[in-house]
Amino acid sequence: MTTTTTPATQPATTNRVSRDYEKPLWRRVLLTREMAIVALLVLVVAYAMLTVRGFAQPITLNYLLLDIAPILLIALPMTLVMITGEIDLSVGSMVGLASVVTGAGVHAGLPFELAAVLALLVGAIGGAFNGFLVTVVGLPSLAVTIGTLALFRGLAVGLLGTTAVTDFPEGWTALAKAKIAGTTIPYIMIPFLILLVIFVVVLHFTPFGRGIYAIGQSKDAARFSGVHLERTKFLLFMAAGLVAAFAGVFYTLRFGSARGDNATGLELQVIAAVVLGGVSVFGGRGQLYGVVAAVLLIGVLSSALRLANVTSDVINVITGTLLVVSVVSASLLAWLQKVRRRRSGPVSSVAAPTAS
Amino acid sequence: MPSTDAPVVLELSEVVKSFGAVVALRSASLRLQAGSIHALIGENGAGKSTLVKIVAGLYRRDAGEFRLDGEDVDFTSTAQSKAAGVAVIYQEPTLFPDLSVTENIFMGRQLTGRFGRIDRKAMRHEVERLFTRLGVVIDPDRPAEGLSIADQQVIEIAKAVSLDAKVLIMDEPTAALSGVEAERLFAIARSLRDEGRGLIFISHRFDEVFALCDTVTVMRDGSYIATTPIAETTPGELVRQMVGREVTELFPKQETVVGEPLLEVDGLTSPGIFHDISFTVRAGEIVGLAGLVGAGRSEVARAVFGVDQYREGTVTLKGRRIRRGRPTEAMRAGLALVPEDRRKQGLVIDSGVGRNITMAIRRELSRFGLITTGLENRAARVWASRLEVKSYALDTVAATLSGGNQQKVVLAKWLATKPDVLIVDEPTRGIDVGTKSEVHRLLSELAGQGMGILMISSELPEVLGMADRVLVMREGRITAEIDRADATSENVMFAATHASEQHS
Repeated sequence: MTTTTTPATQPATTNRVSRDYEKPLWRRVLLTREMAIVALLVLVVAYAMLTVRGFAQPITLNYLLLDIAPILLIALPMTLVMITGEIDLSVGSMVGLASVVTGAGVHAGLPFELAAVLALLVGAIGGAFNGFLVTVVGLPSLAVTIGTLALFRGLAVGLLGTTAVTDFPEGWTALAKAKIAGTTIPYIMIPFLILLVIFVVVLHFTPFGRGIYAIGQSKDAARFSGVHLERTKFLLFMAAGLVAAFAGVFYTLRFGSARGDNATGLELQVIAAVVLGGVSVFGGRGQLYGVVAAVLLIGVLSSALRLANVTSDVINVITGTLLVVSVVSASLLAWLQKVRRRRSGPVSSVAAPTAS
Repeated sequence: MPSTDAPVVLELSEVVKSFGAVVALRSASLRLQAGSIHALIGENGAGKSTLVKIVAGLYRRDAGEFRLDGEDVDFTSTAQSKAAGVAVIYQEPTLFPDLSVTENIFMGRQLTGRFGRIDRKAMRHEVERLFTRLGVVIDPDRPAEGLSIADQQVIEIAKAVSLDAKVLIMDEPTAALSGVEAERLFAIARSLRDEGRGLIFISHRFDEVFALCDTVTVMRDGSYIATTPIAETTPGELVRQMVGREVTELFPKQETVVGEPLLEVDGLTSPGIFHDISFTVRAGEIVGLAGLVGAGRSEVARAVFGVDQYREGTVTLKGRRIRRGRPTEAMRAGLALVPEDRRKQGLVIDSGVGRNITMAIRRELSRFGLITTGLENRAARVWASRLEVKSYALDTVAATLSGGNQQKVVLAKWLATKPDVLIVDEPTRGIDVGTKSEVHRLLSELAGQGMGILMISSELPEVLGMADRVLVMREGRITAEIDRADATSENVMFAATHASEQHS
């Protein structure tokens, strides 16, 4: 087994690691949690097109995408935050706060553009505040963001009271609902796709992204490998705040109304979609395409069910059940694989189990 | 030495156990007599732990005979094996941290008085009696939290004794113990032997096997190789039986030319942990850092690398100051640290072998700020093959590798950064003899190529065999600096355990 003749620092003649991957490509791509969600999405879309009256109409896609756009946007940074093993519960309140800041700015006579930029700034600062409390003060993100969830919402309601600002420039509100020429896809999908590309590259193709996974899988090992734990988490919380604020500006324009209670409870929809998309709540695993597919799946399901005249309570029950089933089946699958591996044994002789 | 006609308490013969296609035990045999301390040795993967788990009732054998006190037994649970008088003391015991020592010992079988009330007085009394018998001083009322691993093992042993176990199995109990703690454990083991119990002692350390045991059984590749009285064998003979070949040089030390200073540490102080630590590591030199567990050696290494903070002092690498608390700056300056705990600190254990190897060079690998699995795999393959990492594929999860191979992955990860100074903390703890000598040869070669190496080790033979210079730490201070020529186990142990003149 152990040859000690080859000097270890010389390139060895026999290559011990003969291959890059344990499993063939199709198994690595197709037999994943993420692919299961994608497949389910395709199935649900196909089924709804055939059986739900009105679902196949192009306008359905328009409303569907407009409805889920805030969730799609916020799910991007949330995925990264959750892969590091943290969580941000304050994003829904941040959407509301950004909406109110935009509205209050316009109400006070600022041009809309400036008010929107101000809202984004508030988002970045709010996110940085979360990041500061988590990384510098060292508090658990669950506690911190439950606190800022209340704080941001409180500020939002306090700023505008019970009034709603509705006088936004026609051009902007129209743009928020406009379709890309020749399609039924709303314009908001363009900034979303740009952000998607940025987040995919950052998470899957940069050293920074490798650090994100390392933090989620083993904090200590990440620190010992020179990963900037604090800096990484701080930046991610800031990104979450910023993107949530952007979603808040969109939300305001789409409904033409800035209110303190806008997007209440949105954070739970985002987190549910991220978890359904295969991100572990303990951190360390997940892929962006799974999360995007999961947001679409939830959106398609509720849209199709609504068209089929199912009440929203039942829709909630169905999406909730889907989430629970997906989480349970994931751990069930992992357990089955472990059992099967133990029974049939690995193909190689190297991974002999536990016999030390 | 047990008389040859002492009763056999535990007998296993030709035991077979396989997990699917993987055969963990081909034909394992063991005969343990009462009043004997029986060493069970073998390389990692030889099947020792599987055998222990069968005796403990965790696994069931596929074939073969298993007799306890002459009666055929077949345990399906650990409770059954405990009830039959088998106790296993693991390397790292699992106690309930918030419960007291007494409560831990009587967990699940509390003594009760009238009306089923728990009789604390009786339990406490019994524990005091046990500790006196074992000759240890531990407060029975203190919580288990914060007890040293050595004390936790003693508590496990006390539990076994109170259950009147006939067979005690200790699976690498000394791996995390200091010399003094190990001596205490041995004294307890001897007294248990004299009471007529049978003990099985699993260890990688030959000095312990020879000091403590009377009989030794060697296993290799899941099979029984030989059982010999300890007086009739030698370490060389045992190594030959374990690896199936001759290992000529255990410590292949190369002669090197010692060059200019690379790493200079001056006056490093972290109150309560270490004080006024100053030393230099030169090019081509292996500096051994010896001392007892808890002397502060790993803490110094972590502070030098920047993972931990320190209050005073400076760290300089090739004349460049490294600011405190900046591992990335230390890495960029040319420092690498192979940490003590490879499963938690050295590796992202749930990640693949390839990702782990490229973890510390991911920034250097990236092109235009981007990194792909292809780039990583190309770099990882080079280092995996240089260090002869045995893994099925590059995306094999590191947790499934053996300890020796995991350590090679950690070494590959840090050598890939092309460091000038390499700090290795317990580089060979818990890895098999074959891999151990590979690691030693590698360190020797690296020093030969001009790398400066600081080696922290609790194994004296390793320090004495490998180091050009030995630093000894005791209670957070460096108490001696001994040249290779003058270093003996006596003067190193003396400096590790006694105060020297200049430091009271």
